[in-house]
Amino acid sequence: MFRDALLVAGKDLRIELRSRIGINQILPFALLVLLLFAFALDPDSGVLDRATPGLFWLAVLFSALLAIQRAFAIEAADGNRDGLRLSGLDPAGIYLGKMAAIFTQLAVLELVLGVGVLVLYSAHVTGWVLMIATCVAATAGIAAAGTLYGVVAAGLRVRETLLPLLLLPVLSPVLIGSVRAFEAARNGNPGEGWPWVGLLTVFAVAYTIFGAFGFGPLLEES
Amino acid sequence: MEPVVHLRSAVSLLGRFPALAGVDLDVMAGEIVLLQGPNGAGKTTLLRTLAGLVPVVSGTAVVLGVDLCRDRRSLRPRVGLLGHATMLYDELTVADNVRFWARAARSSRADAEAAMGALGLDGRLQDVVVAKLSTGQRRRASIAVMVARRPELWLLDEPHAGLDGEARDVVDGLVRHAASSGATVVVASHELDRARHLAGRTVTIVGGVIAGSGAAPDVAVAAEPSTLPMADESTAKTEVHHVP
Amino acid sequence: MTSVPTATAPSAPDTAPTATGRIGTGSRGTRILGLVALVGIAVATYLALVSSPPDENMGDSVRIIYIHVPIVVVAYVGCLITTLGSVMVLWKKSVWWDVTAAASAEIAMVTTALTLVIGMAWARPTWGVWWVWDARLTSTAMLLLLLLGYLAVRRIPAETSTRSRRAAIVGVLLLPNVIVVNRSVTWWRSLHQDTTILNTLQPKIHDQMAFALYFAIPVALVMFAWLLVHRWRLAWMEQQLEDRELDQAISDRRAEAASGRAEDGPR
Repeated sequence: MFRDALLVAGKDLRIELRSRIGINQILPFALLVLLLFAFALDPDSGVLDRATPGLFWLAVLFSALLAIQRAFAIEAADGNRDGLRLSGLDPAGIYLGKMAAIFTQLAVLELVLGVGVLVLYSAHVTGWVLMIATCVAATAGIAAAGTLYGVVAAGLRVRETLLPLLLLPVLSPVLIGSVRAFEAARNGNPGEGWPWVGLLTVFAVAYTIFGAFGFGPLLEES
Repeated sequence: MEPVVHLRSAVSLLGRFPALAGVDLDVMAGEIVLLQGPNGAGKTTLLRTLAGLVPVVSGTAVVLGVDLCRDRRSLRPRVGLLGHATMLYDELTVADNVRFWARAARSSRADAEAAMGALGLDGRLQDVVVAKLSTGQRRRASIAVMVARRPELWLLDEPHAGLDGEARDVVDGLVRHAASSGATVVVASHELDRARHLAGRTVTIVGGVIAGSGAAPDVAVAAEPSTLPMADESTAKTEVHHVP
Repeated sequence: MTSVPTATAPSAPDTAPTATGRIGTGSRGTRILGLVALVGIAVATYLALVSSPPDENMGDSVRIIYIHVPIVVVAYVGCLITTLGSVMVLWKKSVWWDVTAAASAEIAMVTTALTLVIGMAWARPTWGVWWVWDARLTSTAMLLLLLLGYLAVRRIPAETSTRSRRAAIVGVLLLPNVIVVNRSVTWWRSLHQDTTILNTLQPKIHDQMAFALYFAIPVALVMFAWLLVHRWRLAWMEQQLEDRELDQAISDRRAEAASGRAEDGPR
């Protein structure tokens, strides 16, 4: 299973490296969202400053939708779903591989977004460890749930509108948790933030396990 | 000897539509069988069913010893399906694609290289991204992917389509080589002349049911609606049908 | 497998489809259920509006809990049934449970929407605003969205087996998601002090009020059951119709093949 996961993750990342959709389209979209927030929330009024953690994670969530759609659009082309079914790859391995690829792409995105937020919103950063732990746990949760709901919506004509409707309510705990953790880090009380990281971790683990089992049945006849 | 393919009254659905409405078929190991019939008769669905992609809702279906009514998944890695879709990743090169699918099927790197070589895809062509290939080259790449997986049962849907004469000869050679190595081949094709030389037996499917079966050279059956069939009484088992 | 599978569970017991008359989803069972529900509603209304006392702080507006709480209970029960049904669909591939899950989710969605509307109708005269970001109201809004997501999957243009399977996966996660969202939102809102506005308005439930409330809840559940049975039967009949069309399609296909052969036959 892990061998298959590595194979699939490698394949997905290689496709991303070749096509550079993530770098050319999704990343700019994320930065665009940051700018739009500034337009909407008037940088001079101080709202932007207070809302920075929330805006960061909103930008991540919206970009994640694009990344997940892309991850499954790759497979929609020309019979690749059949190919995956015929290949003999373990469905749980395919799930983990896709999840890992999405995780990696989101991690890179968050890095760049973090820099963007530091620069654009003049944010101050304290509590590094907490923030990094939050990013890891939250991103894992987004990738896990996203891969699962991504395959539910995959291959359907309505997938672009269905995925956000399914995924965003499910990820609202991740949004709440990650923003609270970031706020705790910024306010200098990491103690308040770590319980939220705990929630995020449980979420990520639970979805990973469920996704690994659920992926197989979902891959069957589209 | 156990047949590699054993179907009795097999019914398969495409959504609500019974594409296979009760198929009886036996294929022995090492055979090359030509599957023919008019469009919409169920050739593609039959091949996909034999690959384990389409569920069999009633009847008996055993392929390579696997009961399709119970467990289709274990069958799939042992079968090679060449369909209308290329099953290639457009953004990756030929070599990336062949190696990925080969590794997924637990084939060795050497198998992948050999398959590409056999189809003339070595050298410069290997590193070309699939999106930039011509139709014929893409087809060859799909075939290379299938060959690299070393399947026990080859299911080919119009394998000659989109290929030039030389490539077609290569494909025929690969098919004959596979059969002589113990694999079994089922080919669906409209190109009767070429396919009949290849196949040892012809099976005709009409309306989701097998309408006839016989030794290839003896049976001349219409595949297109406009041509008339010729009756042949020499083989008792042969049934000839009109395509209206 | 030796036969084309039709609906595997026995058909709904009291349904009386006849060759002549209209086929409905009513039956003796549902008529009794409906009657009980109506009587219950009448009694509950009396208890709620007449015989129970108004609250010390809130006055008569407290009476809204007699409809608000039961409706919420129905919504959560509906979610539970949908999740349970989805588990059964994945485990036993049961068509019966698939239909139940779908019907239950539909009713749950309507009752959740109703809960929100009632909540907002209460908030306005009581606090002067249409919406407060308290844990319960926010969670209920998220519940509605989760249900809408599930129902959207039930409507996707795809084959029945695909649709059932995908809906089942989403359905299995429905109740867990509801719980996780609920917990997160509650935890989050408890960090803020905005909830004081609600705390002071928390009604103390006296005996008569308790009685009215605890009477209203089962009444609402009976009504839910009535709705569920009707919706279920409707969906079941649609399913049977599809199956019959399938059998017809199979025999048509066979006839096409046979006539193609029979026209000439061996000469």
